[in-house]
Amino acid sequence: MVSGPIKNDMSSKSRLASPEAGAEIAAPTAPLRLQAAKWPDLLAFAIFLGLLILLVLRGASAMDYNWQWTRMMPYIVRNVDGQLIPGLLLKGLRVTLEISFFAMLIALPLGLATALLNLSKRPVSVFIARLYIELIRNTPILLQILIFYFIVAKVIGIDRWWAGVLTLALYEGAFAAEIIRGAILAVSRGQWEAAASLPLGRIDTYRFIVLPQALPLMVPPLTGVLVNVVKHSSIVSVIAIFDLTNEGRSIATDTFMSFEVWLTVAALYLIVTVSLSLVAAWLERKLEHGSST
Amino acid sequence: MNRPENDMLQSSPAIEMIDVHKWFGNFHALKGVTLSVGAGERVVICGPSGSGKSTLIRSINGLEPHDAGRITVNGFTLTENQRDLFAVRREVGMVFQQFNLFPHLTVLENCVLAQTRSRGRTREEAESIAMEYLHRVRIPEQAGKYPARLSGGQQQRVAIARSLCMQPKVMLFDEPTSALDPEMISEVLDVMTDLASSGMTMVCVTHEMGFARRVADRIVFMDEGIIVEDDVPSRFFESPTSARARQFLSQILAH
Ligand SMILES: Nc1ncnc2c1ncn2[C@@H]1O[C@H](COP(=O)(O)OP(=O)(O)O)[C@@H](O)[C@H]1O
Ligand SMILES: [Mg+2]
Repeated sequence: MVSGPIKNDMSSKSRLASPEAGAEIAAPTAPLRLQAAKWPDLLAFAIFLGLLILLVLRGASAMDYNWQWTRMMPYIVRNVDGQLIPGLLLKGLRVTLEISFFAMLIALPLGLATALLNLSKRPVSVFIARLYIELIRNTPILLQILIFYFIVAKVIGIDRWWAGVLTLALYEGAFAAEIIRGAILAVSRGQWEAAASLPLGRIDTYRFIVLPQALPLMVPPLTGVLVNVVKHSSIVSVIAIFDLTNEGRSIATDTFMSFEVWLTVAALYLIVTVSLSLVAAWLERKLEHGSST
Repeated sequence: MNRPENDMLQSSPAIEMIDVHKWFGNFHALKGVTLSVGAGERVVICGPSGSGKSTLIRSINGLEPHDAGRITVNGFTLTENQRDLFAVRREVGMVFQQFNLFPHLTVLENCVLAQTRSRGRTREEAESIAMEYLHRVRIPEQAGKYPARLSGGQQQRVAIARSLCMQPKVMLFDEPTSALDPEMISEVLDVMTDLASSGMTMVCVTHEMGFARRVADRIVFMDEGIIVEDDVPSRFFESPTSARARQFLSQILAH
């Protein structure tokens, strides 16, 4: 304890990872760790990947699958009179990104507000926050989007696009709330007490003391939420929004090229999610640097 | 809020605690503490670990809300009302065992922030006041550094400066040297001695008996949530009346 607050805060990072948060961040950070991996790990990974490809190819040839990768191209980009225009899959990807972007834009302030309600001393505020979080986390997201589209959207008069965005925002907001709350709680009690004694008001204490210290702690697990919003956005397929997954499904049905289509769709999702993880890792390093030098 | 008239301010004590009780669940941590500290007075609180010293000093600025009794600081009575609490804290500085500097702010920013946010000072004013107090605690040259770069003694002196920047009427210290390596204790005690001779009202929980003897006007000895002795240093050290105080002194002075 003699070593001052900084050290405490750093060590609290591991304490922060709640079971959910741990599960959320496992996937996106895995590819990043490859950079630091030793060559035996890389070798093992290469062998694993090779076997996997072999398995797919053998399975495909066993069922006499007719690979037609060249026919996939127009669904990604098409060349019309020397002009490149996006194919159906890229159009779907764009819808996926738009929905994810707006969902995240709403989920973060929603998560922050919920975390603050949850941390307030008023029982009613805490109850509202807990009710929201537990309802969202303990019901299937598929059911949530159906309720949102067939009931809530009709009642408040919004279109299917907003129904999709709001469902996702509410869903990820609940997880973001728990992450933000955990990060705020990880800021040591002494920081609150020093601020209160000076005195700083409650809002100033959050704004200038607690949130700046909690921010570096919440960035890694919030990256998981960001990646999740992209993945979970495929749920909007069920309310007939033509996102990447839904475009993939309709192309696969039309062309019977299921292997090519779904592998391409998977690759497109991976490009987005891995890029997001890389940006987040860079941001995390930057935040860590800025906070203690 | 009941602000006393100006002429009353002179005569009324800076801190007045009357029959203060505090429970942590079923545990009775303060069992009816009555203590009065006059303006400009220096009171040292000592006693065995767990006797309620921190609870007492932290109740003075409402960090530990009391459950019964009455606490008045500079004429403001502490209630659950946030505004009363804020009013009291504006007049009371506090220094912690663990320093509790803000690690993401430089030394100067640590000293400036509350001045601009809660005292309505401009940044320039606040910075010049901060530098003045950093001079007084003898580390103006560290102003641009982050706390993690400083030694424990330096951090604690910054914490003292940060409190003084708010120009409080009362300073509370809760074992300010207990987390320090031995060679850094005196630099902090020197700053506190300076502060005492400037006329600041001080309440200080400490086991530094040399400091207590030199600086304190009164020594308060606590045990099991009550004040057992409250006397001038000479009498407290030479002829403590209670057996518990005698035992405590023999243990602490044996070191
Ligand atoms: N937040 C708390 N919850 C429960 N018990 C506490 C709390 N703070 C202090 N106590 C108990 O109250 C007693 C007095 O504590 P404290 O005032 O810190 O003693 P001191 O500062 O004299 O060592 C101790 O027995 C301690 O365990
Ligand atoms: Mg204590």
